[in-house]
Order: sequence, then C-alpha cells, then structure tokens
Amino acid sequence: MVRGTARLPRDLHPVAWWAWALGLAVAASSTTNPLVLLMVVGVAATAVALRRSDQPWADSFRLYVVLGVVIVVVRVAFRLLLGTGVPGTVLIALPEIQLPEFAAGIVLLGPITRESLLAGLYDGLRLAAIVISVGAANALANPKRLLRSVPPALYEVGTALVVAVTMLPQFADSARRVRAAQSLRGGDTGRVRGLRRFLVPVLEDALERSLAMAAGMDARGYGRAGSAGRVQRTRTGALMLLGLMGVCVGTYAVLDPTAPRWLALPMLLGGLAVACLGLVSAGSRVQRTRYRPDRWQWPELVVVAGGLVAAYAGWRVAHDRLTLAYPPLDAVPQVSALTLVALALALGAALCAPDQRRAVGA
Amino acid sequence: MIELRGVTFRYDLTTVLDAVDLDLEEGELVVVAGRTGVGKSTLLGVVTGLVPRFTGGELIGSVLLDGTDITRTPPRERADRVGYVGQDPAAGFVTDTVEEELAYGMEQLGLPPDTMRRRVEETLDLLGIADLRARDLRTLSGGQQQRVAIGSVLTMHPRVLVLDEPTSALDPTAAEEVLATLTRLVHDLGLTVLVAEHRLERVLPFADRVCRLTGDGGLVVGDPASVLADAPVVPPIVELGRALGWSPLPLAVREARRAARGLDLAPPTDAASAAGDERVVASGLTVRHGTTVAVREVDLRLRAGTVTALMGRNGCGKSSLLWTLHGRERYAGRLAVDGSDPATLDATGRRGLAGLVPQVPSDLLYLETVAEECAAGDGGDGRCRALLDRLAPGIPDDVHPRDLSEGQRLSLALALVLVGAPGLLLLDEPTRGLDYPGKAALAAVLRELADDGLAVLVATHDVEFVAQAADRALVMAEGELVSSGPVREVLAQSPAFAPQVTKVLGPPWLTVDDVVGAR
Repeated sequence: MVRGTARLPRDLHPVAWWAWALGLAVAASSTTNPLVLLMVVGVAATAVALRRSDQPWADSFRLYVVLGVVIVVVRVAFRLLLGTGVPGTVLIALPEIQLPEFAAGIVLLGPITRESLLAGLYDGLRLAAIVISVGAANALANPKRLLRSVPPALYEVGTALVVAVTMLPQFADSARRVRAAQSLRGGDTGRVRGLRRFLVPVLEDALERSLAMAAGMDARGYGRAGSAGRVQRTRTGALMLLGLMGVCVGTYAVLDPTAPRWLALPMLLGGLAVACLGLVSAGSRVQRTRYRPDRWQWPELVVVAGGLVAAYAGWRVAHDRLTLAYPPLDAVPQVSALTLVALALALGAALCAPDQRRAVGA
Repeated sequence: MIELRGVTFRYDLTTVLDAVDLDLEEGELVVVAGRTGVGKSTLLGVVTGLVPRFTGGELIGSVLLDGTDITRTPPRERADRVGYVGQDPAAGFVTDTVEEELAYGMEQLGLPPDTMRRRVEETLDLLGIADLRARDLRTLSGGQQQRVAIGSVLTMHPRVLVLDEPTSALDPTAAEEVLATLTRLVHDLGLTVLVAEHRLERVLPFADRVCRLTGDGGLVVGDPASVLADAPVVPPIVELGRALGWSPLPLAVREARRAARGLDLAPPTDAASAAGDERVVASGLTVRHGTTVAVREVDLRLRAGTVTALMGRNGCGKSSLLWTLHGRERYAGRLAVDGSDPATLDATGRRGLAGLVPQVPSDLLYLETVAEECAAGDGGDGRCRALLDRLAPGIPDDVHPRDLSEGQRLSLALALVLVGAPGLLLLDEPTRGLDYPGKAALAAVLRELADDGLAVLVATHDVEFVAQAADRALVMAEGELVSSGPVREVLAQSPAFAPQVTKVLGPPWLTVDDVVGAR
C-alpha cells in the first residue's frame, strides 16, 4: 500500500491556518444570527483544542475567549445603560434619566426590553466570534512563522517585524527592572522628572540591546549583498515602477465611474501582475535559503478550502436570505442548511490538518 | 592565518591600539588579557569587522585572512570565515528555537537545505545540545544559551571563532561546560579561537598563547607563562607561583600541585572577628512567582561587621532573596531588619534599613553628570559626593556616568544607595566586568563598610572574590539554603566552589594572602 506522508505530525503552513480562520471571521461578520455565531466559535474552539501545539503562543486562545466574553458583557451592559428604545416586551421598567443641556439627546437607562437585550447580545456575539476566530489563527500558527513566509524580496521587512515582536517582551522586562531599581535610591519624585528617571535607563537599555542585536546579526551574515548585476537591478526597478503605476491608475479608474472601463479592472490586475513579476525578479537575486521551510501539501489546500467555503456560505446567506442572516428580534432564529453544511465542512477541513509536532523533552 | 599588520585604532584623542601586530595560527586558542577598558573588545572587533563599523573611530593598518586583505570587508561578508559570539548571548538571538537559531546564519549564506539540515544535526551533537533542539531560547539556562550561541556561529563553518567574555555571566559549572566545549572545538576541528576573558583562572589552562594589552596601546604576545610573568592582571594561581618563587610559573592546578609538594606551612589562623549584633533575623522566607517557588523557607541571620557571600547556580533564587531582604513582597515568613520589617515600609523607609545595588548598576542612574547624580541622591547636602570620594577617589564631577569604568559606576551606585545610611548592604553580582585589581578594591571597600558596622550580603558566582572578601558563605540551590558557615568551611566542602589556592594546597587555604602570611 502506498501511504502518503502529508498527514504525519508536523506544523501546518501558517498561511493556511490564517486563511481558514479569516474565512470563519468573514462568515461571522456577515450575520447576527446567534446560533450561527455560536457554531463559528465552537468550530474555532474545537479546531484549536484538537490541533494546537504545545508552544507558548498556543495558550493565547484562552485570552481571546476571555476577551470575547468581555466584549459581549460590555455590549449588553451599554445597551442597558444607554436606553436604546428598541420597543417590545418590557422586562424591567426603569426610569429614564434625561441628561442636562450639554449632553442633550442622550438618555440613560429607560425600560429594559427583551428586544434591546437580545440586540446587544447578538451584536456582542458577532464581534466576539470575529475576535475568537482571529485568536484561533494565533493559537494554531506561530505568528512569527507567518511573518517569515513573506516572499524573499520582502525578507528584510519581515525580519525587522520579527525582531520588533521579539524585543517587546524584553522591553517590558527592562521597564520592570528599572522601576524596581529606581526605588532603591533617592531623587526627583515629581511627575515629569520622575518620568525621566524611569525613561532614561529604559531607553538606554533598549538602545544598547538593539546595537548588540544589530552587531550580532551583522556578524552572522544578515544583509549580505546578492550578486545582482546592473541589468537585473534596472529590470527589477522598472517592473516595480510600472506595476505601481498600473495599480494607481487602475484604482483611480475603479473609484471614478466616469473613467473609461478598460482603465479600471484590467489596468488594476495588469499592474498587480507586473508588480508581482517585480517581486519575483527582486527575490531571484537574493541568495538566501530557508531551513526546513513549511511546504504546501494537500492538507494545506483542504484547510484553506474549508475557510473559503465558510466565508462563501456566510456571504451567500447574507445576500439571499436576509431574515436568516439577520434574524428578527421577536422570533427564534433559524439556521439555513447551507450554513450548517459549510461550517461542518470548515471543521472537517481543520481536522484534516496533521497533528502538530510536539517538542521533545520540553 | 589571520594576521594583524600595524593596526592602529583611535577615537577622539585616545589611542586604543597602537601599531599592533598579531598572528593567529590554525587551530590554536589565544586568550586576550588586560585590565578593564584597555581595548580587549576593540581588538576582537577589529578581527570580526565590528570595529569601527559599530563603534566609530579610526582604523589604520590591515587585517589579512589567508593573505587577502579583509580590512574593509564588512562583518556580514566575513561571516562564513570569522564567527563572533558576544558577551550576552540572549541579546544576539534572532529566532525562537534552538534549531532555527542554529540555521539562521546558514540561511543568510544561502546554503542548500540538505546541507543546512546535516550541519544543524552535527552541531547539535558536537555541542551536546541535541535534547534542547525544539526549546524556546529564552527558557534555556545561561550556559545552554552560550553554547547555542556558539553553535549558531559554528554551523557557518568559520575558520576563526571570536568570543568576548563567554563565561562572565555564568556560574562556575556552566562556565566549565562552555570552556570544555571550546577546547573540544580547538582539538577536534582545528578551529582557531580568540577569546577575551577577565577570569583568567578559568581559561588559562586551555590557552596556547596569551596576548596582553598593556594599556598604552601595546600588545605583548607569547606563551602564557612568559606573558603573565610580569603582568599586573593575573589569576591567583600565578600570584601564588610568584609569591612562592616557582619557576616556571604554573598555569593549571595540576602543575601547581606538583610544585607545591613538600611545601611546609603553618595552617592559617583567622583573626577572631568581633561579630556584632544581629542586624537581620529571618525565618521561613518564601517567595513565589506564579507556580515557581523562587525562595523556599529560608532561615537567615546576618550580623553587623560581617561580609557574607551568597552563592549558587544561575537562577537558584539569589536575586529573589536579596530583593526580599530589601522588602519586596514575599509569600510567607518573618523578617526583621534592625527590628522592623521592611516590607511594611515605604521606599524611603526601606532605603534607611537596607541598601541594595542591583545587578545592572546603571539602572539606578539617569542624569548627565556625576555631580547631578550625587546632588539628586542626597538632596544637595554633599554626603553622597563625600561617600563616593571615600569609595573611589578622584572621579571628576562633570563626567557622564556612562563614561565611567565598571568599577567607578559600581562605586557611584553604591554611594547613592549608602546615602540612606542603611545598616544592611545587599549587592547583586557586583564583580561582573571587574578585573582583579577592581575586585580587590571592592573587597577592601566591603571590608571597610563592615568594619563601620554594616552587615553586607553579596550574591556572586565569583569564588575567588568570595575567598578574598567574605567571612561567611551561604549556598543556595532551587530556592533553598543548602549550606552556610564560615567561608573557609563552605568553599572547601564544595568542589565547584573551591578557589584555586584551595585546589592547589587543599583546605583550609583560601587566598594567596593566607599563604604569604604563613611564611
């Protein structure tokens, strides 16, 4: 029997996970149906529970869930505090408080109706579902690996971002250290001068760190010159410039309905294509290789397809069956078969991804 | 294979290197010695190309690698031939995990993927870090981080490896790990290694040659014994050899033991120190950070007039204990410093009970001149400046604190902390970056302060400094106090913490002064 190796435990390509999660987010953003939203959250949580790794970033999902709950609570609380005037069944009759002249038009409290509670809940759920989808992507794929999968021509930018992300926790560390150290000596305590006491050592430390980092990276070959000839450099430059012009003109034409139509989409797409060629040309002169790059195999494609299906279904339902996507507040919401199938497919696709590699001995 | 020809380096009006010549042969380990601030890092930077690119200044002369001039070649283009590992390995890490860090340099060189894969595996084995391959770099211990940093350079197969104080932040055991690794590279791979180090006692046994910067821009190169014969900065073992008139000078403990055979000395006697009142009484001190217990049920008594050393591995809770004694919030336990619990006081009250000099003294400093720092520290009544003059005489008023030497900066921090007139002085790793004379001066200062009636507690890795400065020693492991007593007993009990003189002559000998006194 010939057995494929694509599903052996390994890290799925980060772009695939992000595409999948963004698909879920699109599905969530195109509806306020609480059942659908809860299903989106459920799909995201199941995928994370079954497919996340044991690396530190994988724990971040819990934070996103907490954030989602907070969003819902705040949304509902604001609905109650700022009377919304959604008419319907009154649950508790609170008095209305008129604010004085300077805040005219704002009414505090007011009767709490079942409908206004539900409207707050639906709205909050939608935002929470989007946040949790993004959180799932964060927990499933190392965000730094995502930055590292940029095309070679943008490598320098990618590295700069990765370094910035790495330096942030160190910055917090150094701030904590300096704050503690400054309490060990006497000196200015005023607001401005006290701030200076704190900022000067922290900034000096950050500066020193960046210099050490730059020296270390330089000594390890970062930014070595490629062997691009004059001709190639000119070609790359020309392609990029042409592509950019095409994109600019195309965008203008798309936005201005009076411009000739052939200037719009064709120009935009042409410009994009030329710019891509420029990127490829710039990348080809880069003499840099990737250690154990993430490969695209069929599970990656399936995962991306799962995200696309969810997004498509969400958009489709929002377009064709408005009452299903945005259910009225006075009836039990219903779910279309299309949404149900699409979300099931999205979950199935996520489960097609292989188990993540476990760190040995960690 | 690397040759420095007439290299002169200067900035402003200071000449750091003056027409220096140096030849590095294939497969030798060369140690750069010299006092702090004499230009050791500059010399290394000239070889790697980081000087003058990252420092400014003017470089004259030429650097040849196998006969080709690489003086104007930037460090990144030298990366495949000259590898560089800095003082703080964590500051140079670019990626997250050990494996990716090892591959980073090769990615920059554009090596084919299968070569990268092979070299990563080879390097993991060579450095004995294969079980760490998927670990997050920030969770590694200091010694492991340093070995990963060395590995990440080795994968590029450089011909020369340049290391700037690779063991300065490590405890004795971790330092030995790293040095053993280096020796293996020199022996097995024929790699040329150029290493700058303050603690010569650690590297000298492995050195083929020593080059000593004299301080006036000159460089003396030769075999270790002859270069160190008249150097001002020498490890205790050489000092011992000099004091006893041994020739040739022994550099390793084994040689010295042979020379010491038949030596007949009356055992040293400690002048009975008048131990003062108990300044610190602590029982059951416990500190936890989340799920880790940093300090576990520590009982501790510190008397006025004594200097106590606090030793132990990196991360065993030394710093946490110091901060707790200074009054940081603890999980459990009773603490009394001069009768009151600092954790119940505000910052000013704490400063009056205990002074703490943190691991990075410059965290305390934020003003432009020494005079401003002193004035801010004492409110302008001149006590701080007077203290500073006592600790380190002759520091001009208008110098920027960052331009001070390590020792001077430490003195300034010490003066700022002592302004509050505390009865307890706590120091966290104060010997980092200090050379032998600097440490001797610090030991003298601590002794003087103790004689004034302070209780002093110093957390340090530096066993030679402990032997010199302390009366008592405490050893911590995993947050617990595992041994405490007079320094002579504690140091002699532990093979890892024995100073060189003890290794040569056996207990109860601790310092060269003991031996000199006994003759």
